[in-house]
Amino acid sequence: MSLFFNIVTVVGVSAGAFFFLSGTVGLIRFPDTLTRLHALTKADNLGLGLVVLGLLPQAESLRGGLKLVCVWLLALLAGATVSQLIARAARRGGSSQ
Amino acid sequence: MNIALALEIVVAGVVLGVAVWTIVARDNYAAVVGFVAYGLLLALIWVRLDAVDVALTEAAISGGLGGVLLLGAAARLRAAEMAAVERPGIGVHLGAVVLSAGVAVALAAGVLFLPDPAPSLAPAAAANAAATSFGNPVTNVLMAFRAMDTLLEKVVLLLALVGVWSLASDSVWGGRPGPRHWADPRGVLAFLARLLPPVGAVVGIYLLWTGANHPGGAFQGGTILAAMWLLVIMAGLTDMPPARSRRMRLVLIAGPAVFLAVGLGGLWLGEGFLSYPVAYAKPLIVAIEIAMTLTIAATLGLLLAGAPEREA
Repeated sequence: MSLFFNIVTVVGVSAGAFFFLSGTVGLIRFPDTLTRLHALTKADNLGLGLVVLGLLPQAESLRGGLKLVCVWLLALLAGATVSQLIARAARRGGSSQ
Repeated sequence: MNIALALEIVVAGVVLGVAVWTIVARDNYAAVVGFVAYGLLLALIWVRLDAVDVALTEAAISGGLGGVLLLGAAARLRAAEMAAVERPGIGVHLGAVVLSAGVAVALAAGVLFLPDPAPSLAPAAAANAAATSFGNPVTNVLMAFRAMDTLLEKVVLLLALVGVWSLASDSVWGGRPGPRHWADPRGVLAFLARLLPPVGAVVGIYLLWTGANHPGGAFQGGTILAAMWLLVIMAGLTDMPPARSRRMRLVLIAGPAVFLAVGLGGLWLGEGFLSYPVAYAKPLIVAIEIAMTLTIAATLGLLLAGAPEREA
């Protein structure tokens, strides 16, 4: 059983790291603010979610696991809100480059 | 080489890289962003050193609060920078480099040439931990063994706020600090400002409460409460209280006042100033910490809001 849990962790965290990496590539390579935000938030939300999912089997207690899930949910909320605000500011300012 | 060591080396390298990048960045704004990233990465290093209390403070103060303060300063300086005719010459730059390098070398020498074993009061602090029945040694040191330092630190925060307020012009003295923020009441910022503060308040109070036995405490909890307060104000849901507000001033002095009262009580009932009667040590310290959390939250929020600049 512990082997199974460890496999889940390795797969989850690796997949999460892949999304972080692709998000970073998008942040560097995409041409304007809106697409860069898109790359960043999509990849970070999914990447962090997969990392949390991978870490859940390693949580020592139910409370620890719930804290991990809370971290992900709060990061989702913050990421979604902040990217909306930045996108609006970018459109208003007209500096989409 | 195990994986943890590899991770530590990578993080240390990235921290150094970000530090250099922050220094050489031409734009103030970019330098501030670099500084915030530097603070957050430094918090990771504190976690690796098992100093979670320090990591929490580093992330909250240098990553969060300091970052916002510096961003505000960079925004204010931007206009002045554009108009500046005089740029610092090569001599000023060289002087700054020599001074910073000198400080860094002195600090490094201080750490490298520590006698082995280094002088430490940690065993004494651990041996006397039972006196307060707190499980977190950092709380023991801050609130009991070195309570005087913590008391003075809170007074310094208050003095800083007095310094900021004294920048107000006479006509708006006692008025409300900072601009009145407006945001679309049905927009995304107002939504966040309604959704997040209940969660943040719980997390802030939890950090204060868990500080007795685990990493956390008044400063970390107070910072989160301050952030929630500022979020509500920035979304335009409420306004800053005017600087003359008596209720707010009471909150501002609550922490140092309760601390001082308990300290003077120790002079009368216990063995001296700031010595707690052993039987009541824990409830007394918790009472001080609750008052301090309120004071810290209010002070940090007002520090960020700046000087009073409009009539109530």
